[in-house]
Amino acid sequence: MPGKLKVKIVAGRHLPVMDRASDLTDAFVEVKFGNTTFKTDVYLKSLNPQWNSEWFKFEVDDEDLQDEPLQITVLDHDTYSANDAIGKVYIDIDPLLYSEAATVISGWFPIYDTIHGIRGEINVVVKVDLFNDLNRFRQSSCGVKFFCTTSIPKCYRAVIIHGFVEELVVNEDPEYQWIDRIRTPRASNEARQRLISLMSGELQRKIGLKVLEMRGNAVVGYLQCFDLEGESGLVVRAIGTACTLDKLSSPAAFLPACNSPSKEMKESPLVHPPSHGCRSTHNSPIHTATGSRLTQNFSVSVPTLIYTGMGSGSAGKEGGPFKALLRQQTQSALEQREFPFFTLTAFPPGFLVHVGGVVSARSVKLLDRIHNPDEPETRDAWWAEIRQEIKSHAKALGCHAVVGYSESTSICEEVCILSASGTAAVLNPRFLQDGTVEGCLEQRLEENLPTRCGFCHIPYDELNMPFPAHLTYCYNCRKQKVPDVLFTTIDLPTDATVIGKGCLIQARLCRLKKKAQAEANATAISNLLPFMEYEVHTQLMNKLKLKGMNALFGLRIQITVGENMLMGLASATGVYLAALPTPGGIQIAGKTPNDGSYEQHISHMQKKINDTIAKNKELYEINPPEISEEIIGSPIPEPRQRSRLLRSQSESSDEVTELDLSHGKKDAFVLEIDDTDAMEDVHSLLTDVPPPSGFYSCNTEIMPGINNWTSEIQMFTSVRVIRLSSLNLTNQALNKNFNDLCENLLKSLYFKLRSMIPCCLCHVNFTVSLPEDELIQVTVTAVAITFDKNQALQTTKTHVEKSLQRASTDNEELLQFPLELCSDSLPSHPLPPAKEHLESASSNSGIPAAQRATSVDYSSFADRCSSWIELIKLKAQTIRRGSIKTTVTVEKASPVGDGNFRNRPAPPCANSTVGVVKMTPLSFIPGAKITKYLGIINMFFIRETTSLREEGGVSGFLHAFIAEVFAMVRAHVAALGGNAVVSYIMKQCVFMENPNKNQAQCLINVSGDAVVFVRESDLEVVSTQQPTANCQSSGTEGEVTT
Amino acid sequence: MTSELDIFVGNTTLIDEDVYRLWLDGYSVTDAVALRVRSGILEQTGATAAVLQSDTMDHYRTFHMLERLLHAPPKLLHQLIFQIPPSRQALLIERYYAFDEAFVREVLGKKLSKGTKKDLDDISTKTGITLKSCRRQFDNFKRVFKVVEEMRGSLVDNIQQHFLLSDRLARDYAAIVFFANNRFETGKKKLQYLSFGDFAFCAELMIQNWTLGAVGEAPTVPDSQMDDMDMDLDKEFLQDLKELKVLVADKDLLDLHKSLVCTALRGKLGVFSEMEANFKNLSRGLVNVAAKLTHNKDVRDLFVDLVEKFVEPCRSDHWPLSDVRFFLSQYAASVHSLDGFRHQTLWDRYMGTLRGCLLRLYHD
Repeated sequence: MPGKLKVKIVAGRHLPVMDRASDLTDAFVEVKFGNTTFKTDVYLKSLNPQWNSEWFKFEVDDEDLQDEPLQITVLDHDTYSANDAIGKVYIDIDPLLYSEAATVISGWFPIYDTIHGIRGEINVVVKVDLFNDLNRFRQSSCGVKFFCTTSIPKCYRAVIIHGFVEELVVNEDPEYQWIDRIRTPRASNEARQRLISLMSGELQRKIGLKVLEMRGNAVVGYLQCFDLEGESGLVVRAIGTACTLDKLSSPAAFLPACNSPSKEMKESPLVHPPSHGCRSTHNSPIHTATGSRLTQNFSVSVPTLIYTGMGSGSAGKEGGPFKALLRQQTQSALEQREFPFFTLTAFPPGFLVHVGGVVSARSVKLLDRIHNPDEPETRDAWWAEIRQEIKSHAKALGCHAVVGYSESTSICEEVCILSASGTAAVLNPRFLQDGTVEGCLEQRLEENLPTRCGFCHIPYDELNMPFPAHLTYCYNCRKQKVPDVLFTTIDLPTDATVIGKGCLIQARLCRLKKKAQAEANATAISNLLPFMEYEVHTQLMNKLKLKGMNALFGLRIQITVGENMLMGLASATGVYLAALPTPGGIQIAGKTPNDGSYEQHISHMQKKINDTIAKNKELYEINPPEISEEIIGSPIPEPRQRSRLLRSQSESSDEVTELDLSHGKKDAFVLEIDDTDAMEDVHSLLTDVPPPSGFYSCNTEIMPGINNWTSEIQMFTSVRVIRLSSLNLTNQALNKNFNDLCENLLKSLYFKLRSMIPCCLCHVNFTVSLPEDELIQVTVTAVAITFDKNQALQTTKTHVEKSLQRASTDNEELLQFPLELCSDSLPSHPLPPAKEHLESASSNSGIPAAQRATSVDYSSFADRCSSWIELIKLKAQTIRRGSIKTTVTVEKASPVGDGNFRNRPAPPCANSTVGVVKMTPLSFIPGAKITKYLGIINMFFIRETTSLREEGGVSGFLHAFIAEVFAMVRAHVAALGGNAVVSYIMKQCVFMENPNKNQAQCLINVSGDAVVFVRESDLEVVSTQQPTANCQSSGTEGEVTT
Repeated sequence: MTSELDIFVGNTTLIDEDVYRLWLDGYSVTDAVALRVRSGILEQTGATAAVLQSDTMDHYRTFHMLERLLHAPPKLLHQLIFQIPPSRQALLIERYYAFDEAFVREVLGKKLSKGTKKDLDDISTKTGITLKSCRRQFDNFKRVFKVVEEMRGSLVDNIQQHFLLSDRLARDYAAIVFFANNRFETGKKKLQYLSFGDFAFCAELMIQNWTLGAVGEAPTVPDSQMDDMDMDLDKEFLQDLKELKVLVADKDLLDLHKSLVCTALRGKLGVFSEMEANFKNLSRGLVNVAAKLTHNKDVRDLFVDLVEKFVEPCRSDHWPLSDVRFFLSQYAASVHSLDGFRHQTLWDRYMGTLRGCLLRLYHD
């Protein structure tokens, strides 16, 4: 009996009126876990019932603890008819299962109903007593920590990064079962929610088992996705990176992605799973892949492109023997693994040795009903195939590993596109093994790798290049070769030297396709895919050139399939890497050189392009130092570097299904305007509007070139759906519509967030879906972060030092601040109001009034504000009582205003008990330090309505639903004792409408890491007390480089 | 290409004060967009009309969702759906419950019942305030009235507690509720020159001194039953006011009173002769108002009477405000020297408040 789950139902509030006659509700609660159900008493006639129940105790296996959610149902008691359900709360108790995370879940949870939305709140307390059973790790994997964050979590350090873990479970979708025809939509939705909750619990447990097998203790970069395959079933799959993490109890660096691993880490005790005991298999309705038998369906594998910097190359000569040695080392470390993939996008310093380029693979599959959920091998085999392909692509680039790896699907009817992409890389083997690396090699490694530009150096051998590439000597160290353009899916390494700022670059593309069935459809799609990939790439390259930049980070290409079209959307953050050569311009060439006016037109365009490049360089502050030819050295053959795209050979050279995607000319980046299509391309290049001044945007964690973040953040989700007029559906019209949709969406975001200027939209994540024939849906989630414009970049260094110093001194005990942000516990030292005013005033200064109009939470301010306001209220009350009631003096100042009813000072507001919970897609919170990870948040909601018009139409419906989802995430985090969600992601937002029937349905899946953070300003006090610690930390930092 | 769906949801709910005002003022989305365009926001931000339209729609939707919560402000504080910083919550509430001077003057003292829907149409036409805004303001008055109607304790405190309004706005609402409850006539033509502020000032004085709650505040009466009503005038007090009649009915007393006042004010008043000539009329007016207050009808006409019997006569003789103040102080104080008059406390309770009211009402 490994665990005892204890639940107490305290109270409810704001319940809906269930009895029309009395305008009240007779509510009671059912608490269900597994097959056991408890009930509270009925609390008669109240909308704010106080049940104050006993502790309901469930004695359960820890396997169940991991799989099952706690299900709390609030009902209205009815003597004569069936009890009416008010709503439900599902609580994932996983965070209570590992020792360092939350110990209790306690708080107000929104009561959620799939038809009515949130209907009041319920206060619940949940505890788990885990018995220390040595036999436990067999089917369950309690104790393995999960993180959505795609870097080493802030208060941990990586002892070993083991590698890729994946798992997949399938089941029938309850929505498509026969029983669905006779049950209510509510029952069906709830069955689905519960099933997915069960499946993800099981999936997580199984991944955990794999991690334990690898002797790890955590999964980082955990990404779990649902494939709603419709008739053919429901797939829940997850990938992640198994690691052995050590909690940092000693001083640690604050800003870098993780603590620099020093050599002592080898001495640190590894976490080993205890001996395996025996357990009977749990009988669950969900099944996973275990076998290897394969039933091949119809499938088409698509030739895949590898993006790197490419041009015509010159041979290099040096660097051979060392590279070989390194390769050997890494190879041996990685070869034991089936898939040397890492879902991480940011790494400990020194982890990433070289980056080869983006590798991706896609495959078009026909879905078939999963006949036997016990054997989901088909899906497994599909993914294995794709991963194999990725692996060989990486090999072709001279790399043994893939980092920033991710997988996705797009499903339309019975066609499914599976995609995987990542960045081929050479890694430092130190992190992959424990204690097997020779010291001397490591030393050589350190000597030979210039930290700042090392990752740009080509991993492949110049003499034996996998594709014709244009190489130059690194502009930083002058020793190694670098490509002229670099595309990656990872975040910009923290030690990389960047010139100027970065910017969001998007390539957007639509292609019409004929409606077709089954195989014909799949074939049509796979024929289109390579062309789309090529065009997306060309667009990216053109836009990158136009920005005067030479590298892309965080590249994510999404191909979406619809009934009659394919959409491609690529997002990345462009930067100018100092180590890479200056990009050449774009040259336009016409096809009909004899026509005079045409020539003129061409030259006019050329001028416009050149102007735009110049303007962009200024805008993004790209002014690389001029380097004279002599310094660079003779091996560089051409004065100007130009780039082109070439298709590389994928895999080994025996596969020669070459499409010649290269432009005719070998050494210049030339756009040929030979038809209207190309003309339009050029036009669209020039119509991309840069963000208004004061705004920057990127899709990576942080904006290259901006370091001085201030603490104000605003995470948001924006959804747009447009209906295409079916009459003029041409590729051009479609492209224009899609382009406008994205551009307008961005413009709206800039407008809405104008009060935050200067600010940067970070982690901008676009998702495209095609819910119906003529509908395009774009969902964007991002976070706007303010930064200090005035603070010069030089100061960032001292800033980092300061934070290092600050971080170095905080001990665990000192960080145990009360978690509740509510002002119930009125702080004894509320900040002097005057100071607050100064702060807010200074942050506003210099911004025109119009831009200040929309006001966003000045969060640091808000945290304290309630208590401050409370204080004022108290004061105001005393004044009132003191003067007005007792005096009858008439001559006192007139108590009633003279008609000026507006613009009054902020009135007192009663005590708010709702704590502020921040949400961000980033792995950190600016101006704050994460002190504790409380566990993973992974929630799935369905909302349905049969009164769409009454709920404000589709916009009103979805707006309310997303707000409710945010609320439920915040409530869960707050109940865990946290005050933020980091690495938040909305993985799915499937919206379906049927306006004729006045119906709509939406499914949303979100995840993130619940954390506790402490403001740096609060830490400052602590750090000044122990200045000596600074020396200590710099000491450890120094050791790393020896 | 048409936009089917277009939403923006922030983890912290975005509140645009300007759009909120437009929404409160009852403008439709189209009108609001037009007004925003006119404000020059497009030039300042470089946005397009489409962006503005989408932004306005978003805000309107948010406000619409918030409105349900604004009807019971404590709910706004405890709800979990919208994360709004406390200062913003306060602003939302305060603005929602703010009202237009022009509107409140129209309904002040009227019964807050459903029947006035048609009246709202008229008020809207008359004041130029949109019907939607009128409805909101009227519903606010009604809602506050309903909630505090049966409550014990201080009216202002009750309003503040249940609607989380600022002190000043809560007092305004107390005045509105008080007027609605006592149905004071404020719409007569001769009262048109008075602002809501004037009435609210008087209401506050009356609540403080003439209601049951006023007595309850005194430390000598700890009985909480007495703490009951801030909204109703103290019936006993009104009954007692009849006793003051002696001041004008008793000829000797009236003469003595007059001579006391005249002696004290001789040479100090610019309008001394007018005062002397008018003293008996004025005094009769003021005392008769008091004596009549036992009848509901006369209570309703209190302000009409005060203006007719005191403000207008003085105004026609061009009394400066300072002279009115001198006169009223002396008029009230001199009664203490009248040996035959036994109702000094009653007089002070009546005259103290009345003096304050009259001074406030005395202007052009």
